[in-house]
Amino acid sequence: MAAVEKPGVDYLRPRTWQDAVALKTENPAAVPINGGTDLMVDLNFARSRPPTLLDLSHLDELRRWEKSNGTVELGAGVTYTDVLEHLGSDLPALALASRTVGSPQIRNRGTIAGNLATASPAGDAHPPLLATGATVRVESMRGIRDVPIGRFFTGPKRNVLEPDELIRSVLVPSARGPQQFSKVGTRNAMVIAVVSFALAFDVPSRHVGTGIGSAAPTPIEAADAAAYLDRELAREGYWEDHRELSAGVVDGFADRVAAASRPIDDVRGPAGYRVHALRVMARRTLRWAWSALATDGIHAH
Amino acid sequence: MLIEVTVNGRRRTAENVWAGESLLYVLRERLGLRGSKDACEQGECGSCSVYLDGDLVCACLVSAGQADGAEVVTVEGLADGESLHPIQQAYVSEGAVQCGFCTPGLILATHCLLEANSDPSDDEIREALAGNLCRCTGYEKIVSAVRLAAMETAVG
Ligand SMILES: Cc1cc2nc3c(=O)[nH]c(=O)nc-3n(C[C@H](O)[C@H](O)[C@H](O)COP(=O)(O)OP(=O)(O)OC[C@H]3O[C@@H](n4cnc5c(N)ncnc54)[C@H](O)[C@@H]3O)c2cc1C
Ligand code: FES
Ligand code: FES
Repeated sequence: MAAVEKPGVDYLRPRTWQDAVALKTENPAAVPINGGTDLMVDLNFARSRPPTLLDLSHLDELRRWEKSNGTVELGAGVTYTDVLEHLGSDLPALALASRTVGSPQIRNRGTIAGNLATASPAGDAHPPLLATGATVRVESMRGIRDVPIGRFFTGPKRNVLEPDELIRSVLVPSARGPQQFSKVGTRNAMVIAVVSFALAFDVPSRHVGTGIGSAAPTPIEAADAAAYLDRELAREGYWEDHRELSAGVVDGFADRVAAASRPIDDVRGPAGYRVHALRVMARRTLRWAWSALATDGIHAH
Repeated sequence: MLIEVTVNGRRRTAENVWAGESLLYVLRERLGLRGSKDACEQGECGSCSVYLDGDLVCACLVSAGQADGAEVVTVEGLADGESLHPIQQAYVSEGAVQCGFCTPGLILATHCLLEANSDPSDDEIREALAGNLCRCTGYEKIVSAVRLAAMETAVG
């Protein structure tokens, strides 16, 4: 590989994305490193000592986003800081979630793609990506495949990536209505979610999307709750007059969100607390988003 | 591997480095720069904060391989010879330093904040320093030090 520097057998720094993809096929055991905010903790504590690191952090072409046809394509190098500084109006839920991640130091390095690859049930990018129906674009020498976010996670810290595959980008539909994200933790900063929830209204299609974090073995959608809300809003004529939602509709939604979860007891909180918190978050985010929609007016979107 | 890093404007090299060891380890153990502190090694405490190519980062979460060819600024790069940087002076003046372990990281985080925002509110100060833990001061004096540093740098 002439285009690639090999400063040592244990470290590969591709100069282009194409080289990175080729190197991953040649060295399927090589571990990608991007922001390093998950991986370095493992290395520092000697939980793993990969034979080879594949450094993606110097690929400028990954540190980009592109807007086209109502979609923002986030390159795999895009950080939380990038999202919250530049993409707040296109991707409000993801930007809200990005604001809650770690500290400035973590947000400056940590990437959305790294969050996906780690696939923690508590990853903060996941609920917004679920609520907005994002797609993960994965590449290997065999080609590109687009994985709908709902099928990306296969278990706690597991995902569909094959050993020769890398995440190239994430495609997120631009917001066409109000979005919310809410996270419960033990303090305001530097905290892993005890439970989290995202909600996104797509006004033109009169659809709501949802995403739940930290309340099941993987991040999940609350599909039942979303279908219920879509049906009730249409049936009761809420889209016509934007009146305040009835307590019945709000509770019906919140109960179904809570029912979608399969939480466990762990060090960050008992299962019962998570279900309770989720119900409260679902209620609040729905009220916030609906009132934003009523204020902006349906025609603003 | 052999790595070359520009630290505080000087080109430095280190040999026989494992690509997966941290930049913090390189700075402290290979280059003898002990200003950046090593406490948690998991990004939680911020005492290892440095600039990496202009971004504030935890040096414990950057691998040596990634740092090869980079420009790093550590707390040792702020003072001008024997005279303290105004931010360092503000921490001393306000009594924001007790054991001092957190101080280098906080100085860097304060520097980064004031570069972007020369007149931060208390909330903005707290948010910017959220990744830096101090076990001694209770933070009040640190926030005062940042306010003082903001004033001093605005005047100077
Ligand atoms: C102090 C601290 C606080 C944190 N707070 C939060 C928080 O509030 N919320 C949250 O969700 N997370 C948090 N995290 C976790 C972490 O910051 C995020 O998961 C981050 O998004 C990881 O991205 P990265 O680029 O740093 O990943 P890296 O550490 O570089 O990589 C993570 C994993 O992804 C793989 N990988 C990276 N890029 C690719 C790619 N393009 N293709 C395939 N595989 C890839 C790596 O091999 C590795 O297994 C925190 C971490 C720390 C240390
Ligand atoms: S030692 Fe790096 S953040 Fe604590
Ligand atoms: S002064 Fe001791 S930790 Fe802050």
